[in-house]
Amino acid sequence: MTTDVTLDLTKENSNDGVNFDAVKDETIALKVEDLNLYYDKKQALNNINLHIPEKKVTAFIGPSGCGKSTLLRCFNRMNDLVDIARVEGAIKLHDNNIYGKDVNVADLRRNVGMVFQKPNPFPKSIYENVAYGLRLQGINKRSVLDEVVEWALKGAALWDEVKDRLDENALGLSGGQQQRLVIARSIAVQPEVLLLDEPASALDPISTLKIEELIHDLKDQYTIVIVTHNMQQAARVSDYTAFMFMGDLVEFDETDVIFTNPRKKKTEDYITGRYG
Amino acid sequence: MHTRSNNDKAIYRKTITDRIFWSVIAVGAVIASLIMVLIVIFLVVESYDFIDRVGVLHFVTDDGWWPLDQLYNLTPMLVASLGVSFGALAIASPLAIIFSVYCVFYNKGWWQGFFERIVDVTAAIPTVIYGFWGLMVVVPIMNKFTSHGVNLFSGMLVLAMMIFPTIAMLTTSALKSVPFNQIQGATALGVRRSSLIKKIALPHAKPGIVMAMILGITRAIGETMVVLMLCGNVVQFPSSLFDPTRTLTANIALEMPYAMGDHRSSLFVTGLMVLIVVSILVIISEVYANRKRTMNH
Repeated sequence: MTTDVTLDLTKENSNDGVNFDAVKDETIALKVEDLNLYYDKKQALNNINLHIPEKKVTAFIGPSGCGKSTLLRCFNRMNDLVDIARVEGAIKLHDNNIYGKDVNVADLRRNVGMVFQKPNPFPKSIYENVAYGLRLQGINKRSVLDEVVEWALKGAALWDEVKDRLDENALGLSGGQQQRLVIARSIAVQPEVLLLDEPASALDPISTLKIEELIHDLKDQYTIVIVTHNMQQAARVSDYTAFMFMGDLVEFDETDVIFTNPRKKKTEDYITGRYG
Repeated sequence: MHTRSNNDKAIYRKTITDRIFWSVIAVGAVIASLIMVLIVIFLVVESYDFIDRVGVLHFVTDDGWWPLDQLYNLTPMLVASLGVSFGALAIASPLAIIFSVYCVFYNKGWWQGFFERIVDVTAAIPTVIYGFWGLMVVVPIMNKFTSHGVNLFSGMLVLAMMIFPTIAMLTTSALKSVPFNQIQGATALGVRRSSLIKKIALPHAKPGIVMAMILGITRAIGETMVVLMLCGNVVQFPSSLFDPTRTLTANIALEMPYAMGDHRSSLFVTGLMVLIVVSILVIISEVYANRKRTMNH
């Protein structure tokens, strides 16, 4: 009995920085419930509880190794690629547990797109990169593909720069263009959620600005979760911010609150640059 | 200021250790490449006079291989060499590719890497053991179906087993070198593992796999022991898979111990022919690799 009580207290404590009230008026896209993640025996995420609102930008911030990317990768089960990773708890996408038994992970990933830190276009033409996800679904009709490719490239603010050279190899684009191409590739399959894992950290300031503008435009249609170690970026692009530290979700609230009036000392120390 | 300039000197001047190290490396490299060149020169010199005297055409148009009667047609043996090697390649490479895909993408858990270790070890088995095993196991089975248990097909099968580890090891490493961010990108798009392998991994690893196959076939063409023990050694154009036949390498090994004069020289021409065939394959692979490299940049 005593053990149970202690455990409950710990849970209470570890989540008291999460302000669920901040999102109580929003539709919740993703619910993280009692999520623990282990790499072999080492625990990397400690009992995370979090609600991610639909069609808003939620940012994860925190020092290196705090678990923010690991948590992001739980949302489309990319951690499945890591042999030693083990997940407990649940993440619900519109009340369906994505860690449930009958989940088709490939379908999940089509619905929850992801963009990585380093742009990773395929060594194919610009056109084929964007059409890739559709072709995988067996859609090969040229007119459909043409339409979607144009729509996705426009959506990723890249159309004007590449419309005359869609047949050129995507690897010839600049880093910033490649990253927007990868975003176009992700939105071409029309996911609900877009996960961005430090999408601008390998880019120059101008490209970064373009990506940030793009995120702003995309949130009308997509639920966006972005991991960044650039606090100004989080402040600029996000509606909600989660601060993580050593595998704990320390605080979650509206971005304004996190940056102007955090409740937790750890959060304040981090955003004022006392460590990180 | 004074210390600074001293330091600079220490950094930029080659030390005596550097020089000694450089010389040792350079001498080693020169000796190694010189040996290769000398082998080629030796073969060419030994056969040149003879080719010059007899004429190149005789080696392809004579009425057979009767070196003591001045008939030197090497084409049946060339065909046999190519046939047995390409046959072995055709058997070994699909198996090796399937094996590698399994090892890299499906074999997870505590026995991960187990099969790879086994293949590493089998690559080190001496070829005479393969030949011996073939004689004891493959030939008796073959005897039940044909009149000659030692034939082209027996050689092909055992040669395929012999080059399998080479192709599998290199294919495995080619598949492992597919960049993780490509695999990750495709996975994040909802690509299933089977399409990931077909559309991302195999195309990416293709140059490496082709190189693996070329290395496999050059090993097969140069192989002597297995084909000597299993192919039957009759000089003839094989008319079916189950005909006994003799390869160029087996020809040298069989006749060199007693060959003299022109007969001996004709064996050097045989050796030269093996060298030319292998060189052509190596050149093809180099050209292919270069083209792939420039295409990717």
